[in-house]
Amino acid sequence: MKTKISTRNLSFFYGDHQALADNNLDIAENRVTAIIGPSGCGKSTHIRVYNRIYELYRGQKATGEVLIDSRNVLSPDEDVIELRRRVGMIFQKPTPFPMSVFDNVAYGLKLHYRLSASELGDRVEAALRSAALWDEVSGKLSLPGLNLSGGQQQRLCIARAIAVEPEVLLMDEPTSAIDPVATAKIEDLIASLKERYTIVIVTHNMQQAARVSDFTAFFYQGEIVEFGPTKQIFTNPVKRQTEDYITGRFG
Amino acid sequence: MRRPASFRRLSDLSIKVLSSLAALVGLAALAWILAVVLERGWNAINWEFFTALPTPPGVAGGGLSNAIVGTLFMTVLATAVGVPVGMMAGVYLAEFGRTTKLGSAVRFTVNMLMGVPSIIVGLFVYTFLVLPAGHFSGYAGAIALAVLMLPVVARTSEDMLGLVPNALRESALALGAPRWKATLGIVFRAAKTGLVTGVILAVARVAGETAPLLFTALNSPYWPSSLNQPTANLTVTIFNYAMSPYPDWQQAAWGASLLITAGVLVTTLTARFLVGEARRQ
Repeated sequence: MKTKISTRNLSFFYGDHQALADNNLDIAENRVTAIIGPSGCGKSTHIRVYNRIYELYRGQKATGEVLIDSRNVLSPDEDVIELRRRVGMIFQKPTPFPMSVFDNVAYGLKLHYRLSASELGDRVEAALRSAALWDEVSGKLSLPGLNLSGGQQQRLCIARAIAVEPEVLLMDEPTSAIDPVATAKIEDLIASLKERYTIVIVTHNMQQAARVSDFTAFFYQGEIVEFGPTKQIFTNPVKRQTEDYITGRFG
Repeated sequence: MRRPASFRRLSDLSIKVLSSLAALVGLAALAWILAVVLERGWNAINWEFFTALPTPPGVAGGGLSNAIVGTLFMTVLATAVGVPVGMMAGVYLAEFGRTTKLGSAVRFTVNMLMGVPSIIVGLFVYTFLVLPAGHFSGYAGAIALAVLMLPVVARTSEDMLGLVPNALRESALALGAPRWKATLGIVFRAAKTGLVTGVILAVARVAGETAPLLFTALNSPYWPSSLNQPTANLTVTIFNYAMSPYPDWQQAAWGASLLITAGVLVTTLTARFLVGEARRQ
């Protein structure tokens, strides 16, 4: 099993406030890694370093290394645009662009590839099929993406992300704004997507982490308390804090 | 001890009555103005009003075609100059300068500019453009109007872009879009209706301005064949004609008032309609 992403002494600062302290984590290729922990423990902050999306905001700073395929993507000469093509991200609330279903998926494709109209159509269809959305939207490609249901919108965002052929998918609580039936569909989708992508999912929902992930990292106050195979974390955690959190004694 | 319910009901009722009265006073004033302008102005409106040039006092007929076209030209030119600059300033304030020192300085200046009386803007353009050129001109008038539009467009653009959730920006950037493409392709699109509304309101605001034109475009009885000369316009015409002792000029002033009022009303209603559409989406 190959390691896809390694963080080395990763720390993160919001101005003077330190949000992550010396995170060291190895994320396996083509596996689902879940990040769990109480609110404000730095779960989202941690994955927002991988695609450097935090750089949108002034005063946010990361130190240490994030190695993807052994190359430090935090180095200043990294091509951020190519990094973000390789490392896709799904957000907590579905964020379809204010345009048609088709154009939502085509947006990223047009950014990175020069495609003929027919190639574009094929790629959009393939992405929607991979996101298990094609059957529901094949007749509504020209309707606004915002007209879809919440669960469909989130799968549209997944289709949009995988259309540009990423290697990694970061999911930041992807089902927390979605009803249980739609959540089940997205969890099934995650299971099928891991054949092709390395997936890191931040979740509040411990059952979800147990259901979808192969490995789990437990974060507390910006530190990685425990990391291991999901089964072990949930049945036989080494650290007392992990056990307390898993059994619902805090958090 | 409990407070008596009767007092609570009474104070509730009095607030309701007072606020309704205040609303009525405002509405009544507006309705009155509209009614008078409509009643007095209606008789001035005919085919000739739109097509003919003004006549000297006492000479029958004549119209305000030159002033209508002059106002139209200057407003369009002011929009072409003021909107791009104002909107780009709004983009800077909302997207790049939200927390920077320069951003707060610009925001402060824009707010100041919004409060500057329009006659001062007219004087400013007079000093900078009219005096060096040696004559009044429609260009100077358009620039004065553009300066008035600038802060309105900048502020509404900033507000409208600020309403776009950060998650949408992040989604575009996370797909590998460069910042400028995310702003123009996604953020602008999401804020489109609001931005258009801001522009329309700014146009409505300057279309009725008189003071800045007095020192810049002045007025003219001739057809505005070039904006490089004193240019006829509706608002200064109203000012001149209404002050004149000639009944037919006063009549024409009422007609011009009706035209301006109707124009501003229609543009404002269009803006309101667009905002309503945006909310429904």
